[in-house]
Amino acid sequence: MSTAADVARLDGARNRPGRTAVWIRPERVKELSLLGVIVVALLVFGFLVDDYFSGRFFNRVTTSVAITAVLAVAQTMVIVTRNIDLSVGSIVGVTAYLTGQFASSNPSTSPAVAIAIAVGLGALLGAINGVIVAYGRVPAIITTLGTLAIYRSWLISHGEGRTITADSLPSWVVDLPTRTVFTIGGLDIRVVFAVVIVVVAVLQIAMQRLRWGRRLYAIGSNPEAAAQAGLPTRRLVLGAFIACGALSGFAGFLFLSRFGNITVVAGQGLELDSVAAAVVGGVSVLGGSGTLVGAFLGAVLIDVLDQSLVRVPQVSEFWRNAILGALILAAVIADVVVGRRFRRRWSAEARPHTKVDSSTDAPDTTKVPALTAPEQGGEAGDA
Amino acid sequence: MPEALRERSWELLLAVILVGTIVYNATQSPVYLDVDNFVNLFRLSIEKVIVAVAMTFVIINGEIDLSVASVMAFAACVLAAAHESGVPFGLAIAIALAAAASAGFVQGLVVARTGISSLVVTLAGLIGFRGAARILLEDRSVGEFPDWFGDLGRADFLGPMPFALVLFLVMLVVGGVILHRSSFGRRVYVIGNNADVARFSGIDVARVKLVLFTASGLVAGLAGVLFAARLGSVRANIGEGFELDIITMVLLGGVSIFGGSGTLLGVALAICIVLNLRNGLGLANVEANTQTGVIGALLIVSVLAQNLLDRLPLRRREVEAEA
Repeated sequence: MSTAADVARLDGARNRPGRTAVWIRPERVKELSLLGVIVVALLVFGFLVDDYFSGRFFNRVTTSVAITAVLAVAQTMVIVTRNIDLSVGSIVGVTAYLTGQFASSNPSTSPAVAIAIAVGLGALLGAINGVIVAYGRVPAIITTLGTLAIYRSWLISHGEGRTITADSLPSWVVDLPTRTVFTIGGLDIRVVFAVVIVVVAVLQIAMQRLRWGRRLYAIGSNPEAAAQAGLPTRRLVLGAFIACGALSGFAGFLFLSRFGNITVVAGQGLELDSVAAAVVGGVSVLGGSGTLVGAFLGAVLIDVLDQSLVRVPQVSEFWRNAILGALILAAVIADVVVGRRFRRRWSAEARPHTKVDSSTDAPDTTKVPALTAPEQGGEAGDA
Repeated sequence: MPEALRERSWELLLAVILVGTIVYNATQSPVYLDVDNFVNLFRLSIEKVIVAVAMTFVIINGEIDLSVASVMAFAACVLAAAHESGVPFGLAIAIALAAAASAGFVQGLVVARTGISSLVVTLAGLIGFRGAARILLEDRSVGEFPDWFGDLGRADFLGPMPFALVLFLVMLVVGGVILHRSSFGRRVYVIGNNADVARFSGIDVARVKLVLFTASGLVAGLAGVLFAARLGSVRANIGEGFELDIITMVLLGGVSIFGGSGTLLGVALAICIVLNLRNGLGLANVEANTQTGVIGALLIVSVLAQNLLDRLPLRRREVEAEA
């Protein structure tokens, strides 16, 4: 029976007309619909605001989105393993402050050294999180809630209320946000934005193609099964936290160059922004599903709304959070309601294939587990 | 026998830490053992502590409510906005509490009906209800509440205790009875352990969750109103970041973040530890932010210690189960 169905399906696939049907896969619907929402948002604001589509607006969005986009991607790498990192805001604060301190006392600091310090420090802080979570078996939400407080309080006592000022920094740091790679049609593509795009693209490919990336998804889909299959789950989770920390450190560097003046509370609250961007971007907090591109688009959407609402005369700035909250809710509900219908059809079509796929480490395709509730009993057993 | 011991070992550990903290603090400062100091340390965090009781239920149920601090601010702002527009004050309080309860109800409805993780739903609530508070008061500060309302927040109500502290103690007892002695409480645990099994056993999982989230919203609203009474004026940004402190208290109390286990006694002990630790560190001239760091470390170390303690008996139990 199943072989006959297989053959029929394969034939069907071969006879399928364009490549579109293959290209629009369930996991891509999220990104595509998100892209659609961004376009709709831009059009709506274009109607409401005079002179909306300007080079300055583009610059403002691309400059400010860089930080949250990096953090959203960092957060996603941890979330797909069914963990969470609430300490990213504190990591941004610590790395921005310490990198700034180093750069202001060594005016000859080169860009490479400054970035290396920020990324290295971030990776170190991420490694602390990862070791406690993976080897100490402390739930990630508890660990990072703790380190959120610990990193921040260390920074506050280290900084003693001093502020890193923009004029004490090497001039290249402060000039970085306005540096432009090239200009197309009056739109400046800023260096920072270009770098972020490259980082997101490279990491997306790594998550999608490399065994390491696929294994992160496998762990998030089903930790027990991943362990049974012999994956080094602890090392992989540690790796995800280190990657998240390193990216947060990079975001800390971007934070430093964007604002110049860094206080000890720098980056406070960014952890929730990063989770929000990832969630709007279709990343399931239950792990195992969601892409970095999605998280990036989620960050872009939130930032576009953020930057646009200020300019709509009918809406006061005080509406910002209410709209953002409603948006997050709408995004996840739409994902469940619409996504469930789509995915059911797709998974019915592709069942013979998923059987093979899901036993190896390629779980992202047409699986359903992201929709079903996690089995909480498993973890609760030894708590 | 080891099972019963293991069940209580967490509270035992907390009690030891608490006694240690109190003894250490007493040697550090002569004013520490004053009754007034004890009441005062509750007075300054009473809103968080009240919300922690409701949060205990939510987390044992296997969910989480990140929106509590925003709902607190939302309720306080509804109260202030209603008062400002001339609504009688008693009615304004009722409206504020109803608004907070509906905030919880809506989130509970989404969680129960769609099965979306409560982490996400209440994250949206955290941002959204803070936004609603901002829409109501913008960047103004509203005060000039009736005198009796200010007294409710600040004056002694019963002996040296303010109203909020008495309320907390009542909630603790009532909550303890509901959680540990009623069938509803058992259902909360069963769902937290395994929602699927609960459903197949005929428990109306959605209804329990709805009740808990509504209650969580209502309690947060109550805390918000009391916060307004204590502060004497309301802004949209009050209580920002409280959710993390509240969750820390509950988790330190030995409640599993995955649901299904933990006791209100543990949470009560954890609350005492956090408050005494902060107070003691404060009396020893340790800065507030360092205190926060110490409590963060305590949170991690406590779970880490529990894991290490668990390792041996757990292994033995697994071996027995296999045999």
